[in-house]
Amino acid sequence: MVDIHAPHGSEARPGMGEPGTTREHHDHHELGFIQKYIFSVDHKVIGIQFMITGLIFFALGGLFAMAIRYQLAWPWEKMPVIGSVLFPNTGQAITPEFYTMLFTMHGTIMIFFVIIPLLTGAFGNYLIPLMIGAPDMAFPKLNMFGYWTMIPAIFCVFMAFIQPGGGPAAGWTAYPPLSTVTSAAPGSLSAQTWWLMALTWVGVSSMMGAVNYVTTIVKMRAPGMTMFRMPLTIWALFIAALLQLFALPVLTAASAMQICDRMLGTGFFTPTNLVVNQFNPETAGAAAGGQPLLWQHLFWFYSHPAVYIMVVPAMGLASDILSVHARKPVFGYKPMVYSMASIAGLGFIVWGHHMFASGMNPALGMTFMVATIMIALPSAIKVFNWLGTLWGSRIHLTSPMLFALGFVAMFIIGGLSGIWMAATPVDIYIHDTYIVVAHFHYVVFGGSVFAIFAAIYHWFPKMFGRMMNETLGKLHFVGTFIFTNGVFYMMHQLGMAGLMRRTADPYDYETYAHLQPLNEFITISAFLLFAWQIFFVWNFFHSMFWGKRVGRNPWRAASIEWDTPSPPGHGNFDAPLRVYRGPYEYASPEVEEDFVAQSRDLTGKSE
Amino acid sequence: MTDAIPAYDAAVDAPKHHHPVYDYDSGPPVDRGKFAIWVFLGTEIMFFTGLIGTYIVLRAGSPSWPNPAARLAVDITAFNTFVLICSSATVVAGLFAIQNDDRRKFNLWWGLSILFGAFFVGVQVYEYWHLFAHDMTPNQDLFWSTFYVMTGFHGAHVIIGVIWLAAVYVAALRGKYSSKDFVGLELAGLYWHFVDLVWVLLFTLVYLM
Amino acid sequence: MMRLLTTIMLLALLVFGLWSWVDYDYWLLGPSPAHYTWWWPEEFSTIGQDIDSLFYLIAVMVAVMFVITMGGLVLFTWKYSAKRQDKAVFSHGSHKLELLWTAVPAGLLLIIAFSQMSTFAEIQFASATQDEEGNDLPVHCEIWASQFDWRFRYPGKDGRFGTNDDFESPYELVLPLQENEEGDAKKLVFLLRSRDVLHSFFVPHLRFKRDAVPGMTQRIWLGIDDKQMEEVLATREEKSFDIICAELCGWGHYKMSGRVRVLPQDQYEAWVDEMTAQQFGNS
Ligand code: HEA
Ligand code: HEA
Ligand code: CUA
Ligand SMILES: [Cu+2]
Repeated sequence: MVDIHAPHGSEARPGMGEPGTTREHHDHHELGFIQKYIFSVDHKVIGIQFMITGLIFFALGGLFAMAIRYQLAWPWEKMPVIGSVLFPNTGQAITPEFYTMLFTMHGTIMIFFVIIPLLTGAFGNYLIPLMIGAPDMAFPKLNMFGYWTMIPAIFCVFMAFIQPGGGPAAGWTAYPPLSTVTSAAPGSLSAQTWWLMALTWVGVSSMMGAVNYVTTIVKMRAPGMTMFRMPLTIWALFIAALLQLFALPVLTAASAMQICDRMLGTGFFTPTNLVVNQFNPETAGAAAGGQPLLWQHLFWFYSHPAVYIMVVPAMGLASDILSVHARKPVFGYKPMVYSMASIAGLGFIVWGHHMFASGMNPALGMTFMVATIMIALPSAIKVFNWLGTLWGSRIHLTSPMLFALGFVAMFIIGGLSGIWMAATPVDIYIHDTYIVVAHFHYVVFGGSVFAIFAAIYHWFPKMFGRMMNETLGKLHFVGTFIFTNGVFYMMHQLGMAGLMRRTADPYDYETYAHLQPLNEFITISAFLLFAWQIFFVWNFFHSMFWGKRVGRNPWRAASIEWDTPSPPGHGNFDAPLRVYRGPYEYASPEVEEDFVAQSRDLTGKSE
Repeated sequence: MTDAIPAYDAAVDAPKHHHPVYDYDSGPPVDRGKFAIWVFLGTEIMFFTGLIGTYIVLRAGSPSWPNPAARLAVDITAFNTFVLICSSATVVAGLFAIQNDDRRKFNLWWGLSILFGAFFVGVQVYEYWHLFAHDMTPNQDLFWSTFYVMTGFHGAHVIIGVIWLAAVYVAALRGKYSSKDFVGLELAGLYWHFVDLVWVLLFTLVYLM
Repeated sequence: MMRLLTTIMLLALLVFGLWSWVDYDYWLLGPSPAHYTWWWPEEFSTIGQDIDSLFYLIAVMVAVMFVITMGGLVLFTWKYSAKRQDKAVFSHGSHKLELLWTAVPAGLLLIIAFSQMSTFAEIQFASATQDEEGNDLPVHCEIWASQFDWRFRYPGKDGRFGTNDDFESPYELVLPLQENEEGDAKKLVFLLRSRDVLHSFFVPHLRFKRDAVPGMTQRIWLGIDDKQMEEVLATREEKSFDIICAELCGWGHYKMSGRVRVLPQDQYEAWVDEMTAQQFGNS
């Protein structure tokens, strides 16, 4: 990899493991615009780059969701306005091929280009050095490359759209042989290869980030910042980075093999004597004898940990925000850390719960079931500790706090529905129905996205030195909360009625015919949800330039990122720094004020 | 106490210029770069675990599996394996030399490592070329599929390793490293040892079993 | 204002969440035919009852946890407002509480996990399609999935596959109602196969779903509870039930349908005769 050397060369290192010494930083030349904002090595700029990129993709993924919803409410009907742009040749309506492409790209973009980049890319980059008191990441150049490898990834997904036959259409799970045999679907022509390459690039980007985060957190904490004085956000990002490091390479290997199956004619996932649409890969010169289920194992070996990559950082962000705005220490800090660690650990041995109906060995299924159900235990510990944090607190219902509370509520609902799915006999019915769709949208939208919104409102003043408008923020929350439940709660009902996912038009089935009104309700809620985000978009861009100017610590928070100017300059901290205590000393009886900053020395030596 | 958001106060809140930069070192007493390379090697292990796991599953699930000896030139590759192991040894010797500031010996050993590595790649290219000439391509059957993907990805790692060894070699020839600073060499060396170790495993699995 | 609104919203979620378990579709939609609800369709398989009751077992435990946690959230949001409190309680946690809320959920979760096992074993383990001696039970018919239809291959009158009276029924799977000596429903064993990509054989009314994987032959079984089926049939006009493909298999995935129909033994035999005549009549 690139730039393994420490940022300041290896001259005159302070003694290993010792608290830091200070050097004066004199080379204060001004950087040009390009170096400052485009090819920046500053973790803060890179974080914001990830954030903007993620949000733009969020809007795109959201648009796809709207198209999905349109089709499900009014199948094959002319789409007003955009229909004539998108589908001039099919009577302005969605085709079944296009529908498969829609949800494939919706899932892919939301997970790999929105949630993961926003959580680990944006907040990981922005917050880690600031919250542990480091001037930057351990390897700033590597960090920059981490962002810039998103560009080929973005290029590849866009290429995937414009391939002959349309975009990839094998679902975000890309199960072979549908995804490997070109005759199986129009989307399995070259589009699938571009999709796989996009995934690989995103993976490389995440890897670079994860190596950097882990090294930075282990090696660059400010004096006095012991591991157990780190904010939970940092623990969460640390654990998520470890998850990435050990799970992602397996997906990379698997995608490499799928690419080989498609381009070199290897036979990893192609069973013997397979004939799809009168086309036999073997007579066409490809190898066979492989196992389709093998892909599922490899894919979920990564993608199950990936769902915890999407929720563990959200848990960390929410914990911090709850504590700050409830003016109370996080309840059970260490149990919170251990439970996140065990969620991550258990997360590696439960991947088979996505395959209960796949024909996998049932004894294995049993093992996966027990492990999966036990994951609810650390999650329970987290939920109860959040409640413990709120108990006896002084809640300020600011926009970040509202979204953090929303996060807890949504995570409870989404998590609890996971229990039914984990139960193998019940999952036989539930698998691939809308209950699954309801479950994971509660945890990824209600969970991760709510935490992301909370975090944006919370750290926006640090990032831009200006507050976001509180009234608009609250308005944003109320609508988002109501419509989110309108969309996703009702999906449980669809699932109970047996409606399976990935169906372009279910109403020809007797079992599903009566579900259209419900789907219309969901779709209208979804449109409102989408439209409602205008409050956020306006607030975000408007406040960036015209928001109320604030100082270093508008929320009167205790963790050390609030010691820096808003926004922090190059090198972050402008005064000597030492950490004396944990990050959550709110309501401490030791002092007059409502909080004791981590960096405040109460021994009276310096003040 | 007041809960209101404190107003902006330029005297307190404005960034102070010419601020000091801190260069901390917390955590275990290893070099940052070395720590990172170990983490990175962890990911590499998972990558090869994915490939090797696939190989084992596919092989165990196949009704029959060809005898590798009948398809591959085991003796040539055994020799090649030996060369690669030697290259690991010469890397260690090179590092030992630079720690004693013995540049002449370092140049010799490190140069040899690069040569050995390049030799290994050469033999592998020759092997592939030979196999291709006899129509033994990845799309023939599962044996070849797994063979090419595993040895191919390993070969790519060897090539990167050789380039890396060569890059630090050039820097070393320009006098960058000495007994006081040889971390850069160690990093390349660690990566190289890893690549060798994986090969020993692959050779055993693919050629011998 | 915000406190009231937020509390109400959270409370509404709690109430609605619980209400959705007790016939709220009836309230929202008015009385309608039983199979027109937002709940799962009635079942009539021998295993369906077990699955449904396991579902409800989990539902009860989950509901308890839901009320406790959401209730706490509602209560605390309402009660602990900065406007009414002067200083928060200064507490970093409690060992006793941690133990409590580790042990209680752990107990519940273990109960959930262990209660699932026997049913799962009964459905999926190899022994489920074997007799006491461990011999495979005879196969009733082969289920073939392909883009985008279902085909059912019957062994014909001689009960053996590979003979020349085998016949194929496209679209419709017809099953006989058979009882064993004890008067229980007999297991019908099937071989599930795919000709091309992955599919999934899903019959909501039988609570059954299994992927059809190319290159793999899976032995599955269904058992029909005749009394329950009578009840279900009495509520509807259609005498057959949906078969649905539940695994994405390409653009036509959404319309890969089939039907399943269960007939008394004599009518079933008549159907076999008819199918045989149809397929071999003019040869
Ligand atoms: C952020 C993402 C996220 C998170 C956090 C989770 C969390 C969990 N998930 Fe989810 N899951 C997904 C994202 C996520 N999942 C996605 C994307 C899919 C679908 C993929 C696809 O097919 O496309 C999926 C699918 C999925 C399946 C496969 C369903 C199927 O296809 O048939 C299963 C099955 O076991 C499952 C289980 C669980 C469980 C048990 C948890 C647990 O971690 C939840 C634990 C939390 C709680 C339980 C709530 C809090 C606890 C309490 C309130 C206390 C007490 C509770 C009890 C005692 C019960 N999930
Ligand atoms: C990971 C995150 C994620 C998120 C956030 C969402 C969000 C949404 N999803 Fe998504 N969904 C998936 C992941 C996600 N989904 C996955 C993995 C699948 C499975 C795919 C598969 O089967 O292969 C899926 C499938 C899926 C289906 C099932 C399709 C099918 O099986 O046939 C449906 C159907 O309703 C759906 C709907 C929605 C809706 C209405 C939203 C709404 O919540 C969307 C609302 C969107 C917005 C509100 C965007 C607003 C934009 C901004 C706020 C940005 C502002 C911009 C700037 C400031 C620059 N989704
Ligand atoms: Cu066949 Cu879906
Ligand atoms: Cu999972």
